[in-house]
Amino acid sequence: MTTQLVTNKGKEKCDPSFAKEVMDKSHAHLERCYQCVACSSGCPSAYQMDYPPHQLLRMVQLGLKDRVLNSNTFWICLSCETCATRCPNNVEIVLVMDQLREMALKENRKDSTHLPLFHNTFLSMVKFGGKTYELGLIMFYMVKSGDLFKIKELPSLIKLGINMFTRGKLAILPPHIKGQANIKRIFELSEKTG
Amino acid sequence: MGKTIKYGYYPGCSLETTAKEYNLSIEVTAKLLDVELVELEDWSCCGASSGHSTNYELSLALPARNLAIAEKAKLNNVAVACAACFLRFKQTNHDLKANDELRNKVEKLIDMPYSGNVEVKHLVDIFANEVGLDEIKKRVRKPLKGLKLAAYYGCYLVRPPEITNFDDPENPQMIDNLLSAIGAEPVEYTHKVECCGGSLLLARMDIVVKLATDICKAATDAGAVGIVTACPLCMANLDTRQSGTHVPILHFSELLGLALGAEKKEYDVWLKRHINSPIGILKAQNLI
Repeated sequence: MTTQLVTNKGKEKCDPSFAKEVMDKSHAHLERCYQCVACSSGCPSAYQMDYPPHQLLRMVQLGLKDRVLNSNTFWICLSCETCATRCPNNVEIVLVMDQLREMALKENRKDSTHLPLFHNTFLSMVKFGGKTYELGLIMFYMVKSGDLFKIKELPSLIKLGINMFTRGKLAILPPHIKGQANIKRIFELSEKTG
Repeated sequence: MGKTIKYGYYPGCSLETTAKEYNLSIEVTAKLLDVELVELEDWSCCGASSGHSTNYELSLALPARNLAIAEKAKLNNVAVACAACFLRFKQTNHDLKANDELRNKVEKLIDMPYSGNVEVKHLVDIFANEVGLDEIKKRVRKPLKGLKLAAYYGCYLVRPPEITNFDDPENPQMIDNLLSAIGAEPVEYTHKVECCGGSLLLARMDIVVKLATDICKAATDAGAVGIVTACPLCMANLDTRQSGTHVPILHFSELLGLALGAEKKEYDVWLKRHINSPIGILKAQNLI
């Protein structure tokens, strides 16, 4: 069922089943949010979000699916759990954020943050090596995101890279574990079902 | 104390690379405190933030594989060094114990049985509460007198409190108490449970720089000369992303080791691996 809602952005498509879907899949008690703003007040990254957490929750309640899933809020969210810990109604906000990330990925929503690229690169290193491979993660991410070619930031990146290398903080070779096949299987199966 | 405390040990990925000195200092400290750590056979990544951000079942299966390995080896208690791994493990146990259907599904994913019952503890908790502060005080050979330090907890040791079951989520004391036990002076400050920027480290460096710098400034404003972490990721973000400050960041185990009698050739290796060197603040108090 889709209806229209008049908001400060004009007439917007509104899908009431969206709230239910988010609640069912995340098991979060979204209906308990009464906009006290405790979550957004303590959120360390709210200042960079399109919508701070309390607004995003309201938008989910109202079924403003497109505006929610196209926002950067859940990618900028650090999952630091400050919001959920302080919420007077025990709304499991981080579970909502995780659920929105999964939905945005499944629907191939555009995003402006490169966080999906980061997570994807991180996990593909684990899938093939069993453990995190920092050097591979940094190089792949920097090239794919284009961050390597930001001339302004390059000197500080090179300096940090040299500092890390000379202190032996970056392994050159990728990791390897005996149970590699087991890890690959876990990934393949959960990609299918999850 | 008397008998040796025995734990299965999950170091986590960073302890083999960026935070090797954390692992080395844990080994030395554990030995000095008669804690036996048995590294889990062929352990793998816990999935970290990227796991739970993108695929719920994967975020349970990756930790569960490691806990199943512990259970198979009859190691029913596992010690974890990283706060992020710690929460992933605790969350996995919590979710699997609450839902048999989910547990069966995860067992199929990892192709191993797992009950959800392996007890997971962070090393801070083991040293502070199982070894005990009194026992640590008795064993101190070099009290860290005059060293004012800010104990930093970050997120995943203390939040969500109903899962981590660690300490007060707003004003935890466990690391502070360890520091007092070895003669150092923990300072009261505002940012002990603020986030370091976590997994935004590559994609949104600007946010991480702000958060890390705020924490460093809050610590020095309160009179601390260094910050003490219990997580390799907090350490990496604070040590490499603070801007305009040069606050040394130390792993809690390095300070314990130093106070409990680690040898010079041991702590020299640890201390040289930091970006903001802690050697100056330790020399200033004649501790090294």
